[in-house]
Amino acid sequence: MDINNVPQDNSSTYSNNKKAIYASDENGSVQVVGSTGWEAEEIVTKQALEDLLQSALDAYEEVKNGNKSTLYFHMYDIRMDLQVLADSTGFFKWTIKKDFNPNTFQKIKQKRLNIYAEAMGKSTNELTVLPELNNE
Amino acid sequence: MNNYQHNHFAHCESGVMSSMLKHHGLNLSEPMVFGLSNAMTFAYLPFIKLGGMPLIAYRSMPKSIIKTLQKNLKIKMKLETFSNKQKGEDKLNELLEEGKIVGIQSSVYWLPYFPEEMRFHFNAHNLIAYGIQDNEYLISDPVFENPVKCDKASLTKARFVRGVMAPKGLLYYPEHVPTHIDLKPIIKKNLKKTAKMMLNTPVPIAGLRGVRYLAKTIAKLKFKDKRYAKLFLGHIIRMQEEIGTGGAGFRYIYASFLKEASELFDNDETLAEASTLLLSVGDSWRDFALLVAKSLKSKHEIDFEKISLKLLSIADEEAIMYKKILEFNP
Repeated sequence: MDINNVPQDNSSTYSNNKKAIYASDENGSVQVVGSTGWEAEEIVTKQALEDLLQSALDAYEEVKNGNKSTLYFHMYDIRMDLQVLADSTGFFKWTIKKDFNPNTFQKIKQKRLNIYAEAMGKSTNELTVLPELNNE
Repeated sequence: MNNYQHNHFAHCESGVMSSMLKHHGLNLSEPMVFGLSNAMTFAYLPFIKLGGMPLIAYRSMPKSIIKTLQKNLKIKMKLETFSNKQKGEDKLNELLEEGKIVGIQSSVYWLPYFPEEMRFHFNAHNLIAYGIQDNEYLISDPVFENPVKCDKASLTKARFVRGVMAPKGLLYYPEHVPTHIDLKPIIKKNLKKTAKMMLNTPVPIAGLRGVRYLAKTIAKLKFKDKRYAKLFLGHIIRMQEEIGTGGAGFRYIYASFLKEASELFDNDETLAEASTLLLSVGDSWRDFALLVAKSLKSKHEIDFEKISLKLLSIADEEAIMYKKILEFNP
């Protein structure tokens, strides 16, 4: 890429940061140029973010309707899924799935709740409530 | 203080190694670090899933830049992981108090200085801590333009996440760095190694065979669930651009390495030509990214065949470049 063609698209995903892109000058020597963003990259990053947000919104409805425990929403809210949560806590997936049941989750042992809280970077209190949606 | 100088680089691991070696008196650019550690590659591993998506890599495995560079340049690196969080934090504080600069592996998600829209659960990020001030770590993150700060609790959390590629608190720093190295034989050997691997790999999921395999998978996406197909395409481009590759999935960095190598060999023409070829291959990868992004945004049906053919043509174009490298005979 020519140094004059390095995209400067001010992508919101960069949030005013610059990324180093390698580009060549007229002598073919290649150097770092700061880029404020690129449309193509922004589209795919936002696509991934929107998918994560949609998962969280769907989960929110499920919890609100009483089908799932608050844990289920918080998992998606911090951009995790069942696999990542299982990896982060060391719990088996099927045991986590049980905790998605609101009744089971209500009776969860404090020790187990602490491990969720630690892995998810939340207090145990936060994990057991469903926040107001406009906080999203 | 240790007079550490922050540098802005494209990629975390090669950036950390370049800054770290420079600090210890060995001046190697990021592209040199990348080239000498054989980091240029391609792999498509459909059976390894990250966030529900198959692993697509434009570079070698995490930590391989540190390890291969150590081996190829005969640097002595100290790498240390911890089973205990507190011990891991204490050790980092101790090293920083001694005035050392320390390489760290961390998760991206738990680093508060990352933009909200870039925080994903990826555990193999690399950065340098170079001091402590008012109970905060002074951080030189190569993919950021300027040095940043991070509170102790957040960095420790980011160092000790569990899961795929878990950092286990990894700290690393050089114990011995030779001040003079004859780079020429190392460059020659590793150039050929990379070119041969990309051209002749026996496994269908790596090198240019991997690129072609991915292209064939894309053509078959028309039979898959629409949502999945779109996320899959987006995922390829994210791996190519978003994660700090210097553009075009490290192809521009490697072109820079080829150019630098050419200069070291008295402006060797074969390497200069290979560099020019690779710059143009990089442009094709960027065209591919743009084609995918536009298709995702478009209201029309996605033309998977067209995207697949574009990728196949890139594999052919890149092959010519590796063959050029194999002609190199100083």
